Amino acid sequence: MSADPHSNGQVPAARAAAQSPSKHIPAHSAPPPRALPGGGETRRHVLVAVVLNKPGVLNRVSSLMRARNFNIDSLAVSHTDSDDVSRMTITLHGDDVAVEQAAKQLYRLIDVLKVQDVTAEPTIQQELALVKIRATDSNRVEVLKLVELSRGRVVDLADGSVIVEVTGTESEIDAFVALVRTYGIKELVRTGAVVMARGSASIEEAIKR
Amino acid sequence: MTKGDPANPPRSIGLTTAAPERRSHVPNDGSSEAAAVERARKEMLHEGRELKRTRIGADVLCEALLRQGVDVFFSYPGGVILPLYDVLGDYPELRHVLVRHEQGGAHAADGYARVTGRVGVCMGTSGPGATNLVTGIGTALLDSVPMVAITGNVPSALIGKDAFQEIDINGITLPMTKHNYLVRDADDLPRVVAEAFHIARSGRPGPVHIDITKDALQQETQAEHPSEAEVIAGLPGFRPNLDGHSRQLKLAAAEIAAARRPVILAGHGVLHAQAWDELRAFAEKAQIPVAWTLLGIGVIDETHPLAYGYMGMHGWKHVNRAIQSADLLFAIGMRFDDRVTGNVRTYAPYARIVHVDIDPAEIGKNVAVEVPIVGDAGRVLRALTPMVEAVDPATRASYFAQLADWKADSVASSWHGSGAWRDGLLSADYVIERIGELTDHEATYVADVGQNQMWLARYAGFRHPNTHVSSGGLGTMGYSVPAAMGAALGCPERETWAITGDGGFQMTSQELMTLVADHIPVKIALLDNKKLGMIRQWQEIIYAGNYHSSNLPGPDFAKLADAYGIPAFRARTPGDVDEAIRSAQAVDGPALIWFEIAEEQNIFPMMPAGKGLSDLIEKWGGADE
Repeated sequence: MSADPHSNGQVPAARAAAQSPSKHIPAHSAPPPRALPGGGETRRHVLVAVVLNKPGVLNRVSSLMRARNFNIDSLAVSHTDSDDVSRMTITLHGDDVAVEQAAKQLYRLIDVLKVQDVTAEPTIQQELALVKIRATDSNRVEVLKLVELSRGRVVDLADGSVIVEVTGTESEIDAFVALVRTYGIKELVRTGAVVMARGSASIEEAIKR
Repeated sequence: MTKGDPANPPRSIGLTTAAPERRSHVPNDGSSEAAAVERARKEMLHEGRELKRTRIGADVLCEALLRQGVDVFFSYPGGVILPLYDVLGDYPELRHVLVRHEQGGAHAADGYARVTGRVGVCMGTSGPGATNLVTGIGTALLDSVPMVAITGNVPSALIGKDAFQEIDINGITLPMTKHNYLVRDADDLPRVVAEAFHIARSGRPGPVHIDITKDALQQETQAEHPSEAEVIAGLPGFRPNLDGHSRQLKLAAAEIAAARRPVILAGHGVLHAQAWDELRAFAEKAQIPVAWTLLGIGVIDETHPLAYGYMGMHGWKHVNRAIQSADLLFAIGMRFDDRVTGNVRTYAPYARIVHVDIDPAEIGKNVAVEVPIVGDAGRVLRALTPMVEAVDPATRASYFAQLADWKADSVASSWHGSGAWRDGLLSADYVIERIGELTDHEATYVADVGQNQMWLARYAGFRHPNTHVSSGGLGTMGYSVPAAMGAALGCPERETWAITGDGGFQMTSQELMTLVADHIPVKIALLDNKKLGMIRQWQEIIYAGNYHSSNLPGPDFAKLADAYGIPAFRARTPGDVDEAIRSAQAVDGPALIWFEIAEEQNIFPMMPAGKGLSDLIEKWGGADE
């Protein structure tokens, strides 16, 4: 047989080396431990799930993530151009295998049409935040200048505070929030990231029969 | 990941086609009686028959069940499901078994499903009726058993008002079903019931729950039943992948060709796929020994030369040795449960793994594998078998000789052939072995949970698929008697034996009355050690003999059986065993045998939790274990 199953590069080097070519097991030497699934570097992943627009779908998704011990960082849900389909953008931290498992488990839900991990793909990611910043007569000008420089937009001006709308990636908003924290943040709300892959391919078109 | 092609219809495991031949109380043998039933069934499907009253939601439910081929269901009435009971009299072919507790009904539906391969059906009312079903639904989920559980709920207008017997059962079953529904409009019922059955039996099977409000059951409706094609079209998010990818199959064939010490690990998925013939053909062609999981028992006749044995925590030592020294594991329809692998870090250290499963989420979940194949066990084996080279057994002579040595050693070391354990006390492994022998290994054997379950798995000697029924994943004590009830109705041509301990038996013994009332001839083998045996064993070995709460005084079980009108037999010594079994078999109807077994006998070998397959405990205490 010409095919060598040891040469397809899928086995960890330590285990490949441990596999004795002979029929006899070396009883005296303990083999190295089997690698557990995953265990790689933990990083932020973005999953896009296209789901049927039915009551309880959000509950199914969040219940599953809780039961399977996946911790969601943010979850944004909205309609799509099609009335019977909704779209979820889920960000979570985990190693690649754990997140793949989360995606597979989501995919098992009957109301889920498609799940895609877009972490490694070129995407547009945007999040919107409203920040109610403490602003007194003495520093209001300073705050407004900062907002302008940060490409934020003042949407409400009141005695003692301003509400600012900022849009950007998660890290851009993190940076803005850190910047204005010195003035005092009275309230903060963020939508969570929404994501779309660049280019003409469409996850929604891909599910249509 | 995109759900598959709708032109590739999901596997239906509706009616069993392979042996054992199925004979239900609705005959299907071409007789005039069968023809009459068929006529009545057509009438029920509104083919030329008209109800003499208005058609309501409850009628639609009954029609839909009949369309799905349901012939029996297990239920208990209550306030909001009464509209259904009000029309049941019009559907005499739908056999209703009045259980004594909804949990019993759920387990009965589960047992029925496991022996027939068809969808089991249970029902209950709202509130406590519904919550009582939950343990049975969870049991079905963890063992991937096709089941539809139906509950009534309070009228729509009262939902969310904390009405009498209102509980959010939909929220409760959401994480423990494959899918669930709340129906408030009778017009939705035909579609929902058809979808529920399709989902329950297709792909990886599982339980589906339908909650129906009382007003929907009472509502007038003209709704039509959908065709199977319409059902599939209406479920765009449910497209199980059935055929293994050809590239993966080629990789698997190459792994098999290169392996010198391969082992097949076969699980419940092979039974779900009815792929036992394919498995045997594959194993014979490639000359690979077959090991099986607890729920895989019956995938191959245990007397077959390539049948090696039951694996895992209380599996055979020789099987675990073979796995630990294997260079290839061909795992099919199993999920590397912790009871199978023990500590994954030390599991099968020399083996590369080919893993076949219909559920992609199972692959890479518990162990990393070299060749994943997503597909139906039968279809994958049918595609793969022609791709592997026929192996001459002589080329595996040294491997097979090693396996045979290990097997002889392991079988002898843990068997009490005389029937006596320490001090002549009755040994449980002997009792199970005698039940297997005296039933010619032709019965259905339904385990409870704990030591009795492991003794049954090891010593009954299984010859046929779907003759072993056991709560593997959830480990539900109290499962045996009610599940045997369903198994007996699903497969009446076999004797049905409930193998239970005194602990599990006391959890659901109310179903004894159902056995009597519905003439269900289950033989109950009660292995009474007056202990929670498995708990006691762990306390002895792992918790330094701290026997807290594992003593379990029971009633006089013979009197208990007698109170229900069930003949009871008692066996205290090895010499009593055969006669007691024969006496129970001679009873026309249910019977109970009270085996008073040794109180402190352990089940060995045992893999302590967290340890590996090579760390089996084989003896403890005296040398006479």
